[in-house]
Amino acid sequence: MPSALKIPMLAVLLLGSLPAAAVDLPPGRAAELERLVLQDCGSCHGLTLKGGLGPDIRAATLAGTPPASLAHIVLHGVPGTPMPPWHPLLSEAEAQWIAEFLLKGEAP
Amino acid sequence: MTRFVAGGLLFVTICFTVWFNTVLADTALRATGDLGVVIERGSGSLLIVDQSEHAAIGRVKGLGDLSHASVVFSPDQRFAFVFGRDGGLSKVDLLTQTIAARVLQAGNAIGGAISDDGALVAVSNYEPGGVRVFDAGTMEMVADISTGSKTIGLVDAPGRLFVFTLWDAGETWIADFSGDQPQITRIEGIGKNPYDALITADGRHYIAGLFGEDGLTALDLWQSPPIPKRILAGYGRGQEPLPVYKMPHLEGWALAGDRFVLPAVGHHEVLWVDARSLEEAGRTKTHGQPVFAVARPDGRQVWVNFAHPLNDTVQVIDTPSGEVIHTLQPGPAVLHMEFTSRGHEVWVSVRDAGRIDIYDTQNFEKLGEIAAETPSGIFFTARAHRTGL
Repeated sequence: MPSALKIPMLAVLLLGSLPAAAVDLPPGRAAELERLVLQDCGSCHGLTLKGGLGPDIRAATLAGTPPASLAHIVLHGVPGTPMPPWHPLLSEAEAQWIAEFLLKGEAP
Repeated sequence: MTRFVAGGLLFVTICFTVWFNTVLADTALRATGDLGVVIERGSGSLLIVDQSEHAAIGRVKGLGDLSHASVVFSPDQRFAFVFGRDGGLSKVDLLTQTIAARVLQAGNAIGGAISDDGALVAVSNYEPGGVRVFDAGTMEMVADISTGSKTIGLVDAPGRLFVFTLWDAGETWIADFSGDQPQITRIEGIGKNPYDALITADGRHYIAGLFGEDGLTALDLWQSPPIPKRILAGYGRGQEPLPVYKMPHLEGWALAGDRFVLPAVGHHEVLWVDARSLEEAGRTKTHGQPVFAVARPDGRQVWVNFAHPLNDTVQVIDTPSGEVIHTLQPGPAVLHMEFTSRGHEVWVSVRDAGRIDIYDTQNFEKLGEIAAETPSGIFFTARAHRTGL
């Protein structure tokens, strides 16, 4: 494998293991995203995120899933299911923040 | 002297009795016909409101996870049955403002219904998939109908029927509770991923909206057995559907003139349906993807709210012309609208502003507001006397 490819792959792996603080958001945006997760994602996944029309997305259930995979689902949705792509509304950094927020399990 | 004291005591006793009875009468004699409840989804509480006073008169706490909660009322309009997301079924007494009974009947629920005679309350469940039916008086379970599928669109129908639909299997089931044992009629071929359903106010037509395809399926419950009829098939043909950030709701399809109105899935429009032929009778472009498209009780107007991120706006459509005649911006996250029974006012929940706004439906003036904690559904007791609500 050419070494030029290794560096981005390593970067992806590293990003995946960074703590939530790694995602810098403008002031106040984190609180908005937290509300979005609980209230709007909660329409399908439940206010406690234990599932509804959509699956259970509590931290214990998601444990072990790479944040980058979750962020990808947030941005691009799951074709053939009601999970919509959020990229028209959310940036990659915001999707990453949501992925890490879900994995941390700080939702009530 | 003794006589004087005794007379004084008697006088005081009479005064106290009169005062006490007055107080008692004030509290004991409250009618419930103009009351309602508001779901406070964040705090798991129910705000009891008085339509005439434009005010909250109490709050009942401890109802669990109330995201996507809904409510039906007993025929005497005293009790609200609250269906919580966490499977909790609570019977709330509007007069004493207390929880009269509460059962955690499943792991994950999505609404309910009360039978035409008010004797049975049914709950629609995602997990385990099916419908459970309870005695409205004792709250004991009387039937457990397992469907093996997430169950949506549960309504009551005349003749002690409950009708509901299976998200995964695309079937509608009719459960007949008129006899000793419930009789189930299964109707296949409803379509791909029905997401919600409603019954017309006369209790005759049950219509399921489809998420997995463009169109809806209608059943005529006067047929035996009803034969599914696809309506508005391919209403979004030629247009790329937009991402759906909030599932639309089918509810309160009061007849708007000789047409029904309903939200299009994945499109910025509402669809009009001819009430007789069930053929498409027009479309109206809207501000965003509609969530609720609710006709005022007289049918002259239709009020529409929208999915995230355009959910700060409400539009009013004039039924005869099919045109948007007014646009309001109540505030962030308008989740629900409820009309007073004769339609002179509409109450709007503005979740992220923590308010219920009250509007005059004739001139669109704001008449008042009520503070509420993350309010979602608003339910007035007049629903007690309407099929399907």
